[in-house]
Amino acid sequence: MNFNFKHEWIETNIGLMSVLTMLAISVGGLVEIAPLFFIDETIEKVEGVRPYTPLEQRGRDIYQREGCYTCHSQMIRPFRDEKLRYGHYSLAAESQYDHPFQWGSKRTGPDLARVGGKYSNEWHVQHLVAPRSMVPESVMPNYPWLLSTPLDISDITNRMKALRKVGVPYSLSQAEYDANVTKFGETVASQLHIPDAQKNLVEQANFGNYDGDRTGISEMDALVAYLQMLGTMVDFSKYTDDAFVEFR
Amino acid sequence: MSEQKLQSQTVQTTGHAWDGDLQEYNNPLPVWWVYTFYATVIFSLIYWTIYPSWPLGKGWIGGVSNITYVNSAGETKTHSWNTRALLVADMNQAAVAQKPYFDKIQAMSYEQIAKDPEMSGFILSAGRSLFAENCAACHQAGGQGVVGFFPNLTDDDWLYGGSYEKVHETLMGGRRGYMPAFGEVLNGEQIDQLANYVASLSGIEHDAAKAGAGDMLFHSETAACFYCHTAGATGRQDIGAPNLTDNIWLWADVPAAGTAEGKVAAIRSVINNGLNKGVMPAWSGRLSPEQIKVLAVYVHELGGGQ
Repeated sequence: MNFNFKHEWIETNIGLMSVLTMLAISVGGLVEIAPLFFIDETIEKVEGVRPYTPLEQRGRDIYQREGCYTCHSQMIRPFRDEKLRYGHYSLAAESQYDHPFQWGSKRTGPDLARVGGKYSNEWHVQHLVAPRSMVPESVMPNYPWLLSTPLDISDITNRMKALRKVGVPYSLSQAEYDANVTKFGETVASQLHIPDAQKNLVEQANFGNYDGDRTGISEMDALVAYLQMLGTMVDFSKYTDDAFVEFR
Repeated sequence: MSEQKLQSQTVQTTGHAWDGDLQEYNNPLPVWWVYTFYATVIFSLIYWTIYPSWPLGKGWIGGVSNITYVNSAGETKTHSWNTRALLVADMNQAAVAQKPYFDKIQAMSYEQIAKDPEMSGFILSAGRSLFAENCAACHQAGGQGVVGFFPNLTDDDWLYGGSYEKVHETLMGGRRGYMPAFGEVLNGEQIDQLANYVASLSGIEHDAAKAGAGDMLFHSETAACFYCHTAGATGRQDIGAPNLTDNIWLWADVPAAGTAEGKVAAIRSVINNGLNKGVMPAWSGRLSPEQIKVLAVYVHELGGGQ
């Protein structure tokens, strides 16, 4: 073959070098990400995982706004010490409606993937307002404004519409609602219906009274509603301890 | 200049000259680097053979390494290496090591456990870590609680009972405290009278005339306090109504109030606003029956067990 390759061609041709550089970089993405779109068994088939209710979704927004994820992960790894401390390891299915997911890897505070139901609402409220009154050795900042700031619910429909655009099955039309009834059951489906979002949000906040104050809906109501739901959707008592081994 | 010319005869340059005379040597890579590179290539080939690595169609290549484990249904299974299978095997191994202890605990009565030094030692260490992770957030590291929020577990005053069985029941099903807000049905003067009466029960400085009126009110159908707190004001553990005569305070922060007026005011505030807190989560879904039994004994041994 009379083809004499010279490195100089690439080094002296900026266009060619850009193209080849991009090709080299994209190999990493292609071999690590692309196969996940074709492999059948990456997301476990479990019952109970649903998109967030409007109140939980607003709580999630506040969770992100306050930067909770910078100190708390939501990803229990399949190790014995983590199982003993936090419970069952996190499943891919459990964050399928997360945009963006909150897995994280930085644990200044404990993992929160299964914090739902572990403490009372009252504890969460007091702990968020003044963490050291509950956990003396804590280094968590105080978040007193959550209790005094009314929750802005005016844009909840727009927030849900935006999430719908990226694939969360919130329903706008009757047909979409009916599909959700089939998929999640009527109770959940009604919570996912965008036209009823404000009504649903107010009802859940008033019924749950998460912040212990009945006079209005505070940001605390939303955040505690979100925290109390975390990790509670899948009933693991229905599955054997090796039910999810085959998905890896 | 002459030295440079000499070197350029032994090592080739890249052949390109910048700014007229700037040239670059084309030295070979260091030998140690090249062989390290080859070694990593060989390592990756070995790794790909042993562990799951390459995607293949709709699945992936599992590798030759396998994990055999016994699942909770008692079936022995073998799966290609992954961390989830490893966890099941790992949990099983630990469970087998702890099994003699847990079996013994499940078979023994609470009184037997308390008398057995070996079991007490196991419960002290296992219970301490369980308590620290699950209970200490509310009841604090030593079980002393937080006045106004979470009860002290080290004293002899129990809302729902301090026997092994009652502590176990509380752990399993959780609890929910409730007291109506009497500000909605009584006027300020009446509430003040009741507060003075409750203060008098614990020997706190009070207004005797008001306390006398409060006594009448406490035992009347108007306020009906005695239905829950009993006529002797010693409380009812079946519904979690506290004993008001022992000068131990959970909801009204009496100890923190410096003056006698402050102490009465703290009591008045609870009567006026009522309580819709005192929620303890149920642990039956989160902890195993053995773990709950260990915790029941541990909490009982904190000092207040009856």
